[in-house]
Amino acid sequence: MSELKELMKVFGESGGDNSILAREDIAHFVASGHKILSTRATEGLKIQAEETDTGIAARVRVLEGIVIKNPVHLCFGILHKKGIQEIRMNIQIERGASVRFIAHCIFPKAEKVRHIMDAVVEIGEDAEMRYSEVHYHGPYGGIEVIPKAVVKVGKNGRYFSDFSLITGRVGKLGIDYAVEAGENAIIELIARVFGHGDDRISIKEKVALDGENSRGLIKTRVALEDKAEAEVTGITQGNAAGARGHVDCMEIVKDSAVAKAIPIVNVTHPLAKVTHEAAIGSVDKRQLETLMAHGLTPEEAVDVIVKGILK
Amino acid sequence: MYLLDIKDITYRVKEKEIFSGLSLAIEPEEVHAILGKNGTGKSTLAYLVMGCESYIPTSGVILFEGKIINDLKIHERAQLGITLAWQEPVRLEGISVRDYLTLKKKERNPSIYLEMVGLSPELYLNRIMDKSLSGGERKRIELASIVALEPKLAVLDEPDSGIDMLSIQDIINVINVLKKNGAAVLLITHREEIAKIADRASQICNGKIICSGDPQMVAQYYKSRKCEVCIAGVCAYV
Repeated sequence: MSELKELMKVFGESGGDNSILAREDIAHFVASGHKILSTRATEGLKIQAEETDTGIAARVRVLEGIVIKNPVHLCFGILHKKGIQEIRMNIQIERGASVRFIAHCIFPKAEKVRHIMDAVVEIGEDAEMRYSEVHYHGPYGGIEVIPKAVVKVGKNGRYFSDFSLITGRVGKLGIDYAVEAGENAIIELIARVFGHGDDRISIKEKVALDGENSRGLIKTRVALEDKAEAEVTGITQGNAAGARGHVDCMEIVKDSAVAKAIPIVNVTHPLAKVTHEAAIGSVDKRQLETLMAHGLTPEEAVDVIVKGILK
Repeated sequence: MYLLDIKDITYRVKEKEIFSGLSLAIEPEEVHAILGKNGTGKSTLAYLVMGCESYIPTSGVILFEGKIINDLKIHERAQLGITLAWQEPVRLEGISVRDYLTLKKKERNPSIYLEMVGLSPELYLNRIMDKSLSGGERKRIELASIVALEPKLAVLDEPDSGIDMLSIQDIINVINVLKKNGAAVLLITHREEIAKIADRASQICNGKIICSGDPQMVAQYYKSRKCEVCIAGVCAYV
């Protein structure tokens, strides 16, 4: 079986739609390890990519005023037990353009794998970018994933990011996102992670509300069991008049898991306002009892609650 | 045989005796209202019947269909046909109203239950049961979920609190539907107009049932009380 077919097979098994590769109206970029396996651009979308010694370097542009109707699928992975994949991405969404990326990051057999994503994103005036990233790391936990992004959002721009790793083991995860919001910009960063075994999770997300009337939300949902550990740092800076930000972190712990939340709110302008909320603890007793009164066993009830917060 | 038979239960929390020799029996398909001022232990009675954590009688027994259920967990009692609508329903992040109404029976049509409590399925089925719903909306959804469970015994803890006066008829409708479906209802309430639809009523005071019988009579007795808050001490009725 070719590497592309094998990757797409795992992609399909983890909930992805295999038909996207065949469709000419859907853009995609697929890379396994250090190899580019398949790529297709659509009108107004430019993808320039090259293989490097350790992974892939890519430049993606959505041209001015172009609204890309179908999501652009990015698929990265390593199919072997061991390996390194370093993705350097430069994404530019030009003025008035709009795009949604769905990134699938697949490492089904990872025993000693390292995946680094280093992205620089620039979203122009009146432009919008949505970025959903779904990870599957397999059952062994032998992986280190370091997604890093620096994002700059222009006037009236919008950036929505949604990171999800809720099936299989996590391994070691170190998210580090920093976003600068211009005037009237809207930023939403969501992360959902379910840690098991001895997984180690570090999520650091920072939104600097530098433009007047900019808006930011950092929302993190983490569930932990066994001996997993997580530290979530949500930083929001209100640096301009009318800037409004909120940090919302919820972590549920079971067994011997350990969770930590560090919300940092920093306001440097008297007309800015930033709020935060954090809730860490075991599954809420009242929620549990309510579901049990509906006939669910304690295990089923916990499952419903955890799946709910990670949804 | 009674459906629910609470026999001479005592319930003590640390040194405080909440119930001392409380007995109450409910027939199948009977709607039984419990009246009592704040602090008399009405909600505690509901939790004891449902088997909530740490709510186990210090002495006495609770029988359901002739079987002692003192040691059964909540879900085991639910599987026997007992359920409880809490006074303040919880919020559940990420769970839609549709999911909630079909938790155990995915094939169930949730729309009819929402309509029953005056909520539009179109507007509510895909809503998430989080803080975006008001307390009154959550209360209605909770009642809908209780009907959907088709229980043998539904314990409704102040179903009228947090719902406006105009909606009292919706609650009465729910109770009537439960009864029509063959359920008994243990109805905890402050409102006489709701208590009056019951088949029987009882008033709790100082950890005991002090008056039991026709709902009109018990409501009248309750109205003539002299105490505002139960201090679990000596009062006019003891």
